Amino acid sequence: MQTFDLEAQGLRELNATLHAQATDTNQTVWDIVNPKGSHAIAVGLDAPIEVNVKGSTGYYCAGMNKQATVHVHGSAGPGVAENMMSGTVIVEGDASQYAGATGHGGTLIIKGNASSRCGISMKGIDIIVHGNIGHMSAFMAQSGNIVVCGDAGDALGDSCYEARFFVRGSVKSLGADCIEKEMRPEHIELLTELLERGGCDAKPEEFKRYGSARQLYNFDVDNAAAY
Amino acid sequence: MKDHDPRGIPHTTPRQSATFTQDANSDIRRAAATGIYDIRGGGAKRKVPSFDDLLFLGASISRYPLEGYREKCETKVTLGTRHAKNPMELDIPITIAGMSFGALSGPAKEALGRGANAAGTSTTTGDGGMTPEERGHSSKLVYQYLPSRYGMNPDDLRKADAIEIVVGQGAKPGGGGMLLGQKISDRVAEMRNLPKGIDQRSSCRHPDWTGPDDLEIKILELREITGWKVPIYVKVAGARPYFDTTLAVKAGADVVVLDGMQGGTAATQDVFIEHVGQPTLACIRPAVKALQDLGMHREVQLVISGGIRSGADVAKAMALGADAVAIGTAALIALGDNDPKWEKEYNELGTTAGAYDDWHEGLDPAGITTQDPDLMSRFDPVEGGRRLKNYLKVLTLEAQTIARACGKNHMHNLEPEDLVALTMEAAAMAQVPLAGTDWYPGKPGTSY
Ligand SMILES: Cc1cc2nc3c(=O)[nH]c(=O)nc-3n(C[C@H](O)[C@H](O)[C@H](O)COP(=O)(O)O)c2cc1C
Repeated sequence: MQTFDLEAQGLRELNATLHAQATDTNQTVWDIVNPKGSHAIAVGLDAPIEVNVKGSTGYYCAGMNKQATVHVHGSAGPGVAENMMSGTVIVEGDASQYAGATGHGGTLIIKGNASSRCGISMKGIDIIVHGNIGHMSAFMAQSGNIVVCGDAGDALGDSCYEARFFVRGSVKSLGADCIEKEMRPEHIELLTELLERGGCDAKPEEFKRYGSARQLYNFDVDNAAAY
Repeated sequence: MKDHDPRGIPHTTPRQSATFTQDANSDIRRAAATGIYDIRGGGAKRKVPSFDDLLFLGASISRYPLEGYREKCETKVTLGTRHAKNPMELDIPITIAGMSFGALSGPAKEALGRGANAAGTSTTTGDGGMTPEERGHSSKLVYQYLPSRYGMNPDDLRKADAIEIVVGQGAKPGGGGMLLGQKISDRVAEMRNLPKGIDQRSSCRHPDWTGPDDLEIKILELREITGWKVPIYVKVAGARPYFDTTLAVKAGADVVVLDGMQGGTAATQDVFIEHVGQPTLACIRPAVKALQDLGMHREVQLVISGGIRSGADVAKAMALGADAVAIGTAALIALGDNDPKWEKEYNELGTTAGAYDDWHEGLDPAGITTQDPDLMSRFDPVEGGRRLKNYLKVLTLEAQTIARACGKNHMHNLEPEDLVALTMEAAAMAQVPLAGTDWYPGKPGTSY
C-alpha cells in the first residue's frame, strides 16, 4: 500500500501517478490523505487499482473512471463518478448533485443520501443509494439501474428512456413519461443482485419499480404539453 | 377574375401583404395542419447585417501592398497556447466546425477529415461522439464535449487533439438538439445508447455543471484526465459575447469559439434559428474587447463561425480580431450538399437546390445528411475530401489576396483600420467607419 498526501504533493502529481498505474500495476492499493474537498481527485483512471480517499472530496471525484475501485471515506461533492465506464466507486457519506451523471457502466454505491439530479443522463451505470435521492434524479436516464433504499424527490425519471429505478420508500412525484411498472421475477432477480452488490440490508420485495412509459419516444402532437 | 367592373370602376392590383407574406402564410398553414413547430437544418435565412456590408480599403500611398504571388503572406495559426502542452498547429486559419455523426453520414465525416487533413487544418466531432472514419482521416481532431454526452468516453477523449466544451450554438443559443427517429440507425443508436428509431433529444445544458464557477472545475477535471496536454476550447453562441468570452477565459479556456446566429445546425426549430441570437458580425468586436480588457487577446485565441463562405469573409473576421474561423454549412456545400445536379429529387421532396434544409429527415439526395445506406452510397468520401481541400485552398488564397493588398505579411496583421462599412448597422456592429466618413455609431468621443 502507498500513501499519497494530496495537500503536500498536489493534484497534478496525484492523477499523473495514478494514471501511470495503467502501465505499471505494482502498487495496486493507494491511500490518499488530506483530500480536504479537492476537486478532480482520481479522475480518468484506467487500471484495476484500489484508491482509498481518506476524507471528503470536491467536484468530480473518480470522474470517467474505468476499472478502478475508488472508495471515499467521507462525503463526495458534485458529479462523483460522472461518466464512469466501469469499476466501482463507493461513498461512505453523502453525495452532492449529479452523482453518477452520464455514467456508462460500473457501480456507484452511496451509503448516505444523494442530492438532486442523481443519475442524470445515465447510460448504463448502476447506482445504489442507501439513503434518499433528491429532485430531478434520473432526468433523461438512458440505461442502467438506480436503487434507492430511502425516498426519491420530485420528478423522478423525467423524460427517461430505458433505465430502471427501484425505490423502497416514497416517490414525491414522477417526472414526465415516468411510471410505476410491474415487478416481474426478472426484476426481483436483478434487484437482489444489485442490493447484494451495494451491501444493502433490504429485501427486493419492499421496492417498487419505475421506468419509461415510452410515450415521448416519437413526437405525438397529443403529448405536446409533456415536452 | 372579371376584366371590368360592371359599373366601370377600375380594379386595384391584387396586393400581397408585407406582413402576411406567402412565407408567413405557408408557415401558418403548416402549423395548422400538423400541430408542431417546423424543425429544419441550416442557419438563419433572414437577411442580417453581415460581412457583405464591409469592404476592405486596400493599399494606397500611406499603405503599400505586398506582391501577389511573390511576397509571403503567412496563414499559420496556433490555437491553445495558454495552457496546453501540445497546442493545435494549423496551416490555415480555417477549421471545420463540429458536425455530428448521426446528422452526417460516416462517409461524409470521413470526407471532412480527408479534406481538412490535406489542407492542414482540423475537424471537429459533434453530438454523437467520435467515429473511426473521422479519427482515422483527420490528423487534427477536436473532440466535442456536449450537454448530451452521447458517445462521450475517456478513451476517445484521450485520443483527441483538442477538446471543445460546447455551451451553445449560434443557431440555437439556449437550445438543445433533436435527431428524428428516421436517422437513428442501429449504429447511431448504439453510439448514443438509445433505442433505435426514437426521436432523440439532446439536452440544452450540461448535466453536471452550471455557471462559470463550475465550468472552471469541469475544465480542471478534463485537463487532469488528459494530462494538461491538449487545448480546451469553449464554444458559445452569439448571445452575450462580451460576458461569455470573459467568463470562458476566467474559467480557463484556451480558445473561445463564438458562433453567430447564421451558424448552421443539423436540426432545430425554425423559430429558434431565425429569432434567437445575434448576427456573427455583431459578436466579434465585443468578444475581442473582452479579450483585450483581460489582456488575453491572441493569448486566448478566438475562433469565429456562422455564415463564413468566402476568403473575404475569413479576412474580414480576422481583421475584426479573430484568430481563425470555423465553417460548417460551406463545407457541406463543398462536399456536394444542395447541388443543382439533384434538382429533380429536391423537387420531389417539395424543395429546390439551395433551399433544401430538411436534413433531419434523412432523405438527402446528395447522401451527406443521411443514414440511409442507398443514399449514403451516392457520396464518395475521397472525391468529397478532394473537393473540400480545393475549397479550403481557395478560401485561403482569397484571404491572402486581400491581406497582401492591405500590405500584410500575415493574416493576423489584418486590422479594423483596413475596413469600412456600407451601412450604418454594419458600421455600428463592426465599429469601423461608414464608407466615406470617419465615423461609426457609438464611436467614442462622438455624441451618437
Ligand atoms: C449538419 C450540422 C451539424 C452540426 N452539429 C453540431 C454539433 O454536433 N455540435 C455543435 O457544437 N455544432 C454543430 N453544428 C454547428 C457547427 O458546429 C457550426 O457552429 C456552424 O455550422 C457554423 O456556421 P456555418 O454553418 O454558417 O458555417 C452543426 C452544423 C451543421 C450544419
